[in-house]
Amino acid sequence: MAVRFLIPGPLQPFSNGRPAVAIEASPRTVGDALAALGALHPGLRERVVTEQGAVRPHVNVFVADVNIRDAQGLATRVPEGCEIAILPAVSGG
Amino acid sequence: MPAKKLPAPTSTALPAKNGDAILLVGTMKGLFLLRARPDRRRWDEVGPFFPGSSVYAAALDTRAGRRRIWAAPSSMHWGAELAWTDDYGKTWSRPATPLVRFPESAGASLKNIWQITPGRGDDPETIYCGVEPSALFESDDAGRTWKLNGGLWNHPHREKWHPGGGGLCLHTVLVDPAIPKRLTVATSTGGAYRSDDGGKTWQARNRGVRAEFYPDPNPEFGQCVHKIAHGAKPGRLFLQNHWGLYRSDDGGDSWKDVANGVPSDFGFCMGAHPRDPDTAFIVPLHSDGFRCTPDGKLRVYRTRDAGASWQAMTRGLPQKDAFETVVRDGMAVDRFEPAGVYFGTRSGKLYGSRDEGRTWQLLREGLPPIVCVKAGVADNVAAQRASGVKSRRARKAA
Repeated sequence: MAVRFLIPGPLQPFSNGRPAVAIEASPRTVGDALAALGALHPGLRERVVTEQGAVRPHVNVFVADVNIRDAQGLATRVPEGCEIAILPAVSGG
Repeated sequence: MPAKKLPAPTSTALPAKNGDAILLVGTMKGLFLLRARPDRRRWDEVGPFFPGSSVYAAALDTRAGRRRIWAAPSSMHWGAELAWTDDYGKTWSRPATPLVRFPESAGASLKNIWQITPGRGDDPETIYCGVEPSALFESDDAGRTWKLNGGLWNHPHREKWHPGGGGLCLHTVLVDPAIPKRLTVATSTGGAYRSDDGGKTWQARNRGVRAEFYPDPNPEFGQCVHKIAHGAKPGRLFLQNHWGLYRSDDGGDSWKDVANGVPSDFGFCMGAHPRDPDTAFIVPLHSDGFRCTPDGKLRVYRTRDAGASWQAMTRGLPQKDAFETVVRDGMAVDRFEPAGVYFGTRSGKLYGSRDEGRTWQLLREGLPPIVCVKAGVADNVAAQRASGVKSRRARKAA
């Protein structure tokens, strides 16, 4: 069963306007899932992780209700059929 | 019940006509564009573009018939990128893969883009970006592809540069109008560096510039240069330092202190006259501890004698309770006759003078904090010629 990414509004110009994107492959980790997402929509992954591959400091990625910063980061395991939410952190000025 | 979320602000395109004066105003919350006829009496404004993103760098590139506006929106969440419009903001191009990005081998990630500088007029495909962390990127195909300048990135001094208050940023890129392969850049804090071979090799060019925050105030590099501007004759540069106001007549080989008659030699911005090599403009600030205009007076200081003396330009500027700050890219000078001078403040006020600083008008207020002001001239005829689009007059004649 596909993994489903939830895309925040500011990034939807890079997902053809769609608020959710399904990945048909079965990624093992969040890093794998983001790579698959990047293959479909390169602009999404580029804005979630830096060019060195780290999740940007003011972006949160949740697998179900677990922030991957509180788990194993990009190595966090992805259960079959789960939802991965990309959310801007509560920061600004 | 939660209130309904508001849609993001949108903007129409700037109705620019050929020969118009154009201002690009980057703020902490987006980019604004302004236009006026060459008399520069009345300004139309559109924006914000990229609402919510800071825009520390913008440029108008009219070389080779373009009418391209570059901007560098930087989102705290999603990173910094280069975007451009060829129709004054009607449509913007934002490549899926950001154009400016460090290679994996560099081990660095882009934090912000601080400067966009088109190359010389006779080299219309070349364009540069100064970024944070301090590095120079260059494109030789009019901005389609970019690469990190290895000569500067691999310079042995680089690992000893330290961040100033704004971060470790390369904020100034100057292409020499007289010497084709000469480039000058400035980084905070690292100082000024010059290349005479098109960017292959770089040498520190800080002789005479103080660094008061080091035990040795005259190091080879490490100065906190805030801005450098080209004067209108070969070799002439004006420099506003973190304490210190300087002039060079030899392309930066040596610098002479010219803080003669200013209330403070601390400040950020620097503007140079496009034709008179002895005229430059600054906005002195009280100190690095209190980065506001001294005595609550907003004064532009102008020199007409290459820094031998500076005079306060105050007509039209508030002289009471005006504790303002103008940051390093907050001033621009246009090429009209007489030259126009513009600056924006952290309090969101945009001022302009159309008589070389003699009198001033408040052009806009209530903008987000202004971090970048650039001035240019719309050249739509050349753009139409280059794109094969005929003007109404040309179509009628045909």
